[in-house]
Amino acid sequence: MLAATKVDVAVFGASAVIVLAGAIGVVISANPVHAALSLVMTLFGVAVLFVAQEAHFLAAVQVIVYAGAIVVLFLFVIMLLGVDRRENVAREELRGQRPIAFLLGIATIAEFVLLTRGTSWVTGAESVVGPASGPGANVETLARSLFTRYLLAFEITSVLLVIAVVGAVVLARRPPPERPEEPEPLAVPERLHTPQLDDAAPVPATEVPAP
Amino acid sequence: MSAFLRGYLSVLVFGFAAVAMVGAMLGAGRLLRPSRPQPQKYIAYESGVDPVGTGWSQSQVRYYIFALLFVMFDVEAVFIFPWAIRLEALGIFGLVEMLIFIVILALGLVYAWRKGVLRWV
Amino acid sequence: MYSKREAVGSVTLAGDPLFGGGVDGAVVLIVLLKTGVAFAALMVSVLFMVWFERKVVSDMQNRIGPNRAGPWGTLQTLADGIKLFFKEDLLPEQADRRIFRLAPYLSIVPAFLAFAVVPLGGVITIAGRETRLQLADPPVGILFLLAMSSVAVYGVMLAGWSSGSKYPLLGSVRASAQMVSYEAALGLSMAAVVLVTGSLLTSDIVSEQSRSIVDWNLFRLGFLPFGIFLVAATAELNRPPFDLVEAEQELVGGFHTEYSSLRFALFFLAEFMSTVTMSAVMVTLFLGGPSGPGPDRGFPGAFLPVFWFLAKLMIFLFIYVWLRATLPRLRYDQLMDLGWKRLIPLSLFWLLVLAAMILDRRYGFAVFGAGILLGLLLLRAVQVGQSATDDAAGAAPAVREAG
Repeated sequence: MLAATKVDVAVFGASAVIVLAGAIGVVISANPVHAALSLVMTLFGVAVLFVAQEAHFLAAVQVIVYAGAIVVLFLFVIMLLGVDRRENVAREELRGQRPIAFLLGIATIAEFVLLTRGTSWVTGAESVVGPASGPGANVETLARSLFTRYLLAFEITSVLLVIAVVGAVVLARRPPPERPEEPEPLAVPERLHTPQLDDAAPVPATEVPAP
Repeated sequence: MSAFLRGYLSVLVFGFAAVAMVGAMLGAGRLLRPSRPQPQKYIAYESGVDPVGTGWSQSQVRYYIFALLFVMFDVEAVFIFPWAIRLEALGIFGLVEMLIFIVILALGLVYAWRKGVLRWV
Repeated sequence: MYSKREAVGSVTLAGDPLFGGGVDGAVVLIVLLKTGVAFAALMVSVLFMVWFERKVVSDMQNRIGPNRAGPWGTLQTLADGIKLFFKEDLLPEQADRRIFRLAPYLSIVPAFLAFAVVPLGGVITIAGRETRLQLADPPVGILFLLAMSSVAVYGVMLAGWSSGSKYPLLGSVRASAQMVSYEAALGLSMAAVVLVTGSLLTSDIVSEQSRSIVDWNLFRLGFLPFGIFLVAATAELNRPPFDLVEAEQELVGGFHTEYSSLRFALFFLAEFMSTVTMSAVMVTLFLGGPSGPGPDRGFPGAFLPVFWFLAKLMIFLFIYVWLRATLPRLRYDQLMDLGWKRLIPLSLFWLLVLAAMILDRRYGFAVFGAGILLGLLLLRAVQVGQSATDDAAGAAPAVREAG
């Protein structure tokens, strides 16, 4: 069993600080964009922790999917809502939310404390299963279990993603074809040209993909 | 030596070098550049007229759709990479699995396409 | 077009031979040296690229271009850079000050980091230690590139948002939507490379292509992934003809309208740095990196591979300049159509065909045929559905999308 070296401890310490600072930033930022950025910081810290555990693929996925796609989605939503004012942190939007959050937080901390006391940790090892050999082994192990043992879960993921897209399409679809004269209910900032131009253009209900 | 440094030591050093370079450039610029503040200089640019309203306005919902579609295909790409590495070991079975996966996701794209949300008018 | 790959992933050495026998002071020194060299190489190539672009574009437009500073105007970029040091830096009053200051860092650091995993040459020996002419070879190699290019969107997005001004905001929202749209196609064409290589390591990708010119992924993958990657990378870089972000006529300067002085210079630098980095990535993925056209004759020394690498890099840099001088800018709807309705379906289709081809040629043709058939059926179904909807609505016949 490998003992954790000083470097490992330093890496863990640095990334833990980054993760916690980011997490606190998400909670206390009044500006939603700042909160989203703090979230990115946390995600990066977690990615570093993954690398330290030799879960390289997971680290890459963490950055590509979470930092690169999901937080970008968050930012689009924030910009969609139009952030021109700071959130009033003092006011409670959802009544009773704060006491409940407080209680849940206490419960979580208690749970962690109990866990750390009650479990004997396999410490020192860099990862539980460990990369068998070679650089890609990590990914290969993952692929083996993903495409054999967890096949159903893998396929269900695609269905889940499609459902998300269908939901978004239904919510955001342009007005139905029966009322083509109706001006689009979208906010105007994107279009700096005159609206007449758009009305003059033919508005087909749906589209034909060009051959 | 930790596995972290073995793979990423150079990347880390390179990243620090990049940040240091930007910092040094901005620091040198701060020393060199003039500062003659006038209130008009700090008004947001709006083709020469005084800005109307605030600079932060709402964007359109279609951007959200594209971002969500992007998340879908990003996750798909992430699943494709392990499969691509193990392609020969997984064989025809793996190919069929991936075929189903991709076809299901492509259906999502076709749905969005057919419903016209991919059109940018 | 393709060839059966060997099992690479399991037999290669883990990473750089430099780290094979523990890490001591000498190794750290070599790492620092390599970092310095790569840093200098990147900066010089950026300065060169700016000059090269201006010079070539001016040639194509029958102008002389920069010719004052230094021989043939080579020092023009440096002169411009120095000038920007002496310009007043303005911070708009409505700006989000912290993020406004942070954004240049966010846009320049990913461009730097992506360059770190590109193999620039073969194995060299410094002070009795073998090392690759590659700054880093992390186990996820190619995914690291993808990660960096997906993080690059933050610099653009936040620069525009934090300015507190309308043009930058519009520019940045457009730019980030454009970047994420092409990100998917970029990743899928990278996956095609991984498919034939069987490894994520950039060094494996290069060594797989090193035998001869027919092994280059450009030919082995049947041109299509390369074409998709080239288009997607151009869009990802916001370079012409995909430079809608800074369409002067509509958006003034795009996301960096409010930036001045050195902070503007940093965005400029980041853009050209990304161009160089992306070209280097394309050389690595599709043109065999530092390997020459013939089989590797074990040429002594590090000169020849580096020469080949730079020669191939120049091809792409020229292509980018050429595109800029030749093609008109796309409209935004054309841009989105190209990304979502052409590139992504095409790259998915080709990925499956390639995978089937690698397993068995018959499967490959079967998937190819089935894909074409399915595509045509879908097209027909959409057309029928279209005319049915039109009849129901009593509207004019469907208007085909422009372009």
